[in-house]
Amino acid sequence: MKFSQTPLDQKNRRNEKLFRMLFMMMAVLLVLPVLAVLSVLIYKGGPALSWDFFITNPTQGMTAGGIWPALVGTMWLVAVALSVSVPLGVSAAIYLSEYAKDNWLTRVINLAIINLAGVPSIVHALFGLGAFVLFFGLGKSILAASLTLAVMTLPEIIVTSREAMQAVPRPFREASWSLGATRWQTIRHIVLPNSGSGILTGIILGVSRTVGETAPIMFTGAAFFLPYMPETVWDQTMAMSLHLFVVATQVPDAPEALPFGVALSLIAMVLTLNTLSIIFRTRLRRKKKW
Amino acid sequence: MVSTAKLEFRDLSIRYGSETALEGVNLSIKPNEIFGIIGPANSGKTSFLRSINRMDEMTTGMKVGGSVLLDGTDVRAWRNVFALRSRIGVVFPLPVGLPMTIRQNVTMAPRMKGIKNKAVLEELVERCLRRAALWDEVKDRLDSLGSMLSGGQQQRLTIARALSQEPDILLLDEFSIAVDPVTTMRIEDVLKELKEEMTIVLVTNLVQQARRLADRTAFFLNGKCIEIGETEDLFTSDSRDPLTRDYVEGRFG
Repeated sequence: MKFSQTPLDQKNRRNEKLFRMLFMMMAVLLVLPVLAVLSVLIYKGGPALSWDFFITNPTQGMTAGGIWPALVGTMWLVAVALSVSVPLGVSAAIYLSEYAKDNWLTRVINLAIINLAGVPSIVHALFGLGAFVLFFGLGKSILAASLTLAVMTLPEIIVTSREAMQAVPRPFREASWSLGATRWQTIRHIVLPNSGSGILTGIILGVSRTVGETAPIMFTGAAFFLPYMPETVWDQTMAMSLHLFVVATQVPDAPEALPFGVALSLIAMVLTLNTLSIIFRTRLRRKKKW
Repeated sequence: MVSTAKLEFRDLSIRYGSETALEGVNLSIKPNEIFGIIGPANSGKTSFLRSINRMDEMTTGMKVGGSVLLDGTDVRAWRNVFALRSRIGVVFPLPVGLPMTIRQNVTMAPRMKGIKNKAVLEELVERCLRRAALWDEVKDRLDSLGSMLSGGQQQRLTIARALSQEPDILLLDEFSIAVDPVTTMRIEDVLKELKEEMTIVLVTNLVQQARRLADRTAFFLNGKCIEIGETEDLFTSDSRDPLTRDYVEGRFG
């Protein structure tokens, strides 16, 4: 028997190709801005980079020297922010995924998370200034800035952690409960071990966002320039993101390569973190035991 | 009556939100019998099992009415639901090998109860796996993942895991759905032996399985218990309900 094409068949086949091409083009277009940004940064900022650039202080009114204090400051901010947002966020996610029933309290919490995620970072900045710097009297400090960052990244950590836990199949929980395990034992022995990589992925993505944010730390603890390194959480600090803003806009005599060098270092930090999270995610998929 | 029944159900009804899954069930299960429950999908068989170990408390919207008596005491009178559950072993339709090693699967229940002694646990692993007819196949790889075993092996692993609780009641929910016929037969032999030590409630979608194993059988249909009787009577008696006759003879369901 012969298969002959009707006009409708031909049209369907043509459309099939057309849409495939269309969607592929859109997807490929997505890669272009990333390539453009990276190539400009590498071309213009590459010459500024050297080992010394990372480990020396800015000198001569920030027109020369390196980014060491900003690099260290960003690590301070991230570390302190994480030590607050991870325990809080993961606990909240455990509650929402494992304990919460569908009632008004849960709905209020979910609404709060969605709204928190939608708050612009400049509003977080003003909130941090009002709440942590002034009301709680923390002053402009690493602590105040990190708390602001923590509040900002909480929704992300909660949502990704909750989703990672929800991805653990329910029959596992039921099997564990029928063995006489309590909810907490089930969480500890079944849910957390099988969602750990997913939670970690969420945390790293939160960190990579924290690294890049400028507005929230500008009013709450990050300084333009400091002649000394931070020693406690009560000190102010320099930070990569703000440093980039400063050398790009506030220091007219800076050589052109300097801001691009700072930008390149910043984006390298973020990309490294994102790569780490991708590695964790693929390991999670490969290690899936069900 | 109360003194001889292992499990007794009085006017049991189960609802999910506004949906009724089971209504007006009265029956009692004797110690050391295999009690079969047959019936088409959605007849309330699984819900029935879930009412025994109080899974309704872990399920949003599930409401249980009436009472379930274990050894004459309402299961809801148990202050410690976890102690109640550890007396009841459960085997699910699709084998749930927990994503941990075979050894950890079998020792999970005792570990949750705080038993840490290695020698005790080792002995338990071997005993439970032997009784579930799995020992010979896995004795050399106790530390490989339980969830990587074949379906039939995993189902026997879940039986071993249930046995590790040293339960006096074993609930089986259509255990042979994902298991090959040979393994099914092996598990059936295991159940016949276990009957000496515990009461077994066997929900099954295979009427012949109920006939092979169960001492007495109940027929559930659309959330109601149509008939309870000696298994053989359900299959041969002239006085049985016509619905039961049609179902066991394969005319519907």
